[in-house]
Amino acid sequence: MKYAYFPGCSLKSSGRAFEESMLKLFAHLEIELEELDDWNCCGATAYMSVDETSAAALAARNLALAEKMALPLAVPCAGCYGVLRKSAHLQKDYPAIQKQVKDGLTAIGLSYTGAQEIKHPLQILAQDLGPKAMRSKVKKPLKGLKVACYYGCKLVRPEAPFDNQHDPQTMETLLKGVGARVVDFPMKTACCGGSLTGTIPDVGLELSWAILHDAHRREADVIATACPLCQFNLECYQEDIQEKHPDLKPIPVVYFTQLMGIAMGLSPEDMALHRQVVPLTPILQEKGILDSGAAKKSPPRQEHDA
Amino acid sequence: MPEEFEPRIIAFFCNWCTYTAADLAGVSRMKYAPTTRVVRVMCSGRIDPQFVLSAFAQGADGVLIGGCHPGDCHYIEGNYKMLRRFNLLKRMLSDMGIEKERVRLEWISASEGDRVKKVVNEMTEHIRALGPLKLPEAMAKWDVEFEEEVKEEPAHV
Amino acid sequence: MSLNPESNGKEEVRIGFFVCHCGTNIAGMIDVEEVAKYVATLPNVVVSKDYKYMCSDAGQDLIVQDIKEHRLNRIVVAACSPLLHERTFRTATMRGGINPFFCHMVNIREHGSWVHSEKASATEKAKAVARGAIGRVKFHKPLEKRKEPVEPAVMVLGGGIAGIQAALTVANSGKRVYLVERDATIGGHMAYFDKTFPTLDCAACILTPKMSEVGAHPNITLWTYSDVEQITGYVGNYKVRVKHRPRYIIEKDCVGCLDCIDHCVFKNGNTDDEFNQGLSKRKPVYIPFPQAVPKIVAIDPNACDFLAKGKCDQTCIPSCDKNAIDFTQKETFDDIKVGAIIVATGFKTFDAKRKPLYGYGKHQNVYTALEVERLVTSSGPTEGHVVLRDGRTPKSVGIVHCVGSRDHQTNRWCSRVCCMYSLKLAHLIKEHTNAEIYNFYIDMRCPGKGYEEFYERLLEEGNHFIRGRVAEVTDAAQTKDEEGKLVIRVEDTLAGFARRIPVDMVVLATGLEPREDANDVRRMFNISCSTEGFFLERHPKLAPVSTTTDGLFLAGACQGPKDIPDTVAQAGAAAAEAMALMDAGFVEMEPMTSEVDELRCSGCKTCLNMCPYSAIGRDDAKGVAVINPVLCKGCGVCVAACPSGAITQNLFEDQEIFAEIKEILAHA
Repeated sequence: MKYAYFPGCSLKSSGRAFEESMLKLFAHLEIELEELDDWNCCGATAYMSVDETSAAALAARNLALAEKMALPLAVPCAGCYGVLRKSAHLQKDYPAIQKQVKDGLTAIGLSYTGAQEIKHPLQILAQDLGPKAMRSKVKKPLKGLKVACYYGCKLVRPEAPFDNQHDPQTMETLLKGVGARVVDFPMKTACCGGSLTGTIPDVGLELSWAILHDAHRREADVIATACPLCQFNLECYQEDIQEKHPDLKPIPVVYFTQLMGIAMGLSPEDMALHRQVVPLTPILQEKGILDSGAAKKSPPRQEHDA
Repeated sequence: MPEEFEPRIIAFFCNWCTYTAADLAGVSRMKYAPTTRVVRVMCSGRIDPQFVLSAFAQGADGVLIGGCHPGDCHYIEGNYKMLRRFNLLKRMLSDMGIEKERVRLEWISASEGDRVKKVVNEMTEHIRALGPLKLPEAMAKWDVEFEEEVKEEPAHV
Repeated sequence: MSLNPESNGKEEVRIGFFVCHCGTNIAGMIDVEEVAKYVATLPNVVVSKDYKYMCSDAGQDLIVQDIKEHRLNRIVVAACSPLLHERTFRTATMRGGINPFFCHMVNIREHGSWVHSEKASATEKAKAVARGAIGRVKFHKPLEKRKEPVEPAVMVLGGGIAGIQAALTVANSGKRVYLVERDATIGGHMAYFDKTFPTLDCAACILTPKMSEVGAHPNITLWTYSDVEQITGYVGNYKVRVKHRPRYIIEKDCVGCLDCIDHCVFKNGNTDDEFNQGLSKRKPVYIPFPQAVPKIVAIDPNACDFLAKGKCDQTCIPSCDKNAIDFTQKETFDDIKVGAIIVATGFKTFDAKRKPLYGYGKHQNVYTALEVERLVTSSGPTEGHVVLRDGRTPKSVGIVHCVGSRDHQTNRWCSRVCCMYSLKLAHLIKEHTNAEIYNFYIDMRCPGKGYEEFYERLLEEGNHFIRGRVAEVTDAAQTKDEEGKLVIRVEDTLAGFARRIPVDMVVLATGLEPREDANDVRRMFNISCSTEGFFLERHPKLAPVSTTTDGLFLAGACQGPKDIPDTVAQAGAAAAEAMALMDAGFVEMEPMTSEVDELRCSGCKTCLNMCPYSAIGRDDAKGVAVINPVLCKGCGVCVAACPSGAITQNLFEDQEIFAEIKEILAHA
């Protein structure tokens, strides 16, 4: 199985743990990923709100590059995933946009026929590969680890292309497949606050709090995510949230690929556990999934990790 | 021609569904192109392919057939029979050089007045782009050519 | 080629053409005088006139006079749709002394002036279609409408309040009624209700007397636990085969003592009680509710151990003094002849699971309105106590309006009764529990008699009304007050902010929609449906109970959501139309049937299987096809299929249609 790979800006910076864990996990599962050469920022939701046609063109450049590679395109960042799909839709449904994008691509020597497949790693693992194929590779089942699977919005709104819109189950299927206990989590598709945690914190942080609070109510040990902004919002602002909600206990928030990799026996460093702001390792040790010695093997956290 | 070409489309509408839908479009004052001339039949199953051929031969630029949705025919299955004939007819017409946009079969139920408007307008635009068919003139020309051929080689007649 | 021995192929054709102004409806967009002048130039046209209102008495008289004065033998009227006035002008033609079918109408209003915006092209089109009609009408033949007797009996399909009312009305006029009901009892949805809005009449108290009347009426043959298997025929002469499913009880012997239920091997119920909306269980031998009509038990073959698995001690049999239990029963059939059929098959409620955000099926204290009806009823599963599935009595209740209705994602229509029944349930729940009741609405629709006053009463009783479509019902509590409760998230549009309202119980006001098998039923009876799936009336304003199939009438919610007063009124209307048909004694059949020309028929049998009514047979002696004019409904499918062109459809002959096409196109 081989895919073209579009990381997007976040996965090379604050969402590094997602890329690192995913690349190692996929390599272990013998799924080849080839990064798109010279990919550009997808424009995210911001550009789409300003100028749909230009945003569609910006995103389409990546689709055109992927088409040249003639492989389905793996897109882990839910934001990029949503924007690339939207660009494809806009071109398909609006001939005027299609023409402008086409003209733009032609001017730089590229073309996009509209046939490019865009897939999320959840989809790739759960549907293309399938949990059965991974069963034999599970070395350290996540026994006793209660996981709240959090999808965020872009994977299910406005469309849920590979899962149920109100109650998606792909992540649960994968994590149950590696032995974890998934908790019932109705907040799984509630908005984390998105960019509002930065621009209007009063609103954004409350939204993140609601999710963290309910994860605690469901007695989850950890929240698993599939989007770098969700992960960032839920993990990194917990101290800020505690100013308004002092009784909020810290809870680790990781990418689902990190948990799956640990279950496959990959090392905590490979799974970038050292990048957690709220550490997961002590909990895994407590549950006996990782030995106590594992803590010593993590490299020390540095201020400005390049 | 200085004026824009206005296609002439013969529309065979079944009484119970499409004709009623066209009436509804009228009652609702929906506006559409004045290109269709409706021939009312009780059921789309009544439509003999010869009607369609005759329409083209007499100068129609397009033929529209309107019937009930499959399963809803007032006479149970007349529309299915129309569909069978239509599939064959389309191939025959295409062999004769009549473009497929010129003949169209639509299922329009009695409450779908807006569909009548949409289909007529769409079909008008497609045929306008194709231009007039002018089959009678073409046939008259072929008659002349045939006469000339006969004069030259009478033994082959 | 003409089959009719009275055809006037030799007689000179003299056509009268009349184009109507229809006030400005036609004349405003079409130059009718120009059309009249144009048509006057066509061959065989003797008279060509325009007139303000052809359908008026004066307009019709014009036709009558001109036929006599100018010895006309064909009439063409260019006006509105023939679906409106074909009959009018045919009658006028007949009064003029010639066969009504020598009259043909051209539609230049609904298909002309009303849909075009440019006078010149609209006028040219009118000329073209008028010319087509002139060409066609030359070939018209005189035709006679056949008269068929009407069987003085009616079948009513469905035993809810609509069917009951229709059946009683017809039966009281002395005619025979066959009431066919699928369930084990009549009563329909109304039997589930505790009280009815706005009067808070006890539903059972007003329904059961009518049910008893049906059961006892000498003119009503009541068949419950029965379905229609097949229907053939036409208006006045429908043949229906009714299937009776086995109850495994000898009906004439059962006295309704219910001893068998007490003695069933199952001490407690083992299957969902559908009458109580699944809130309780019932035994395999059961009666739907105590006032069931007929008061006869039934044995459910899926729940009964003996019928489903073949093994049971069968303690029911000895408990019956009348020896009425018979496990060997099979389904039986009855064939009946009726003149008219009234379809009153009712509705189903929207499946609340289709709105997953409302939590039905996920959170145990989310209920549908029908479930709550059973809770508040004193004869219901909780004996009238409003208790939650976890045993608590709710202190706060949220009623969510428009579940499944007014919703582009599910059903776009308004279900018409939900606002009122929500008010009713709010009142009843408060009466039983004194809980805080919150209604979440988009609009309050209270149009009927006493309805708005009932709403005011609810306001005065201290119920809360929040205008906003509920977004979500969740158990993700955010504060201590919300713990253990269901939180309703809604935008209070009048206050202008989003709210979280914690309640103990959520009631979903589910909408009405067509039944799951509505499509199968309507295809069996040849009824159309609208885009929503409700059965289609012939005309939304002027013919709300008849359908395009003559002799078939509609009553009740199967035609569209409505409350009990409107249902009863409509049922009476359907009964009246059916009775009008029967009292007339005969029905006139349209003459556009088809006939085979024996001389042209090659006996190829292509047409035989084409006819959906099996109207075409073969005369083996002559080796030709023969069409039975009584069965022929005039679709013309055989005409188009005949390779020899041997079949002619009256009024839609090949030569008529070819002429119409030719003449339409002859006009530039």
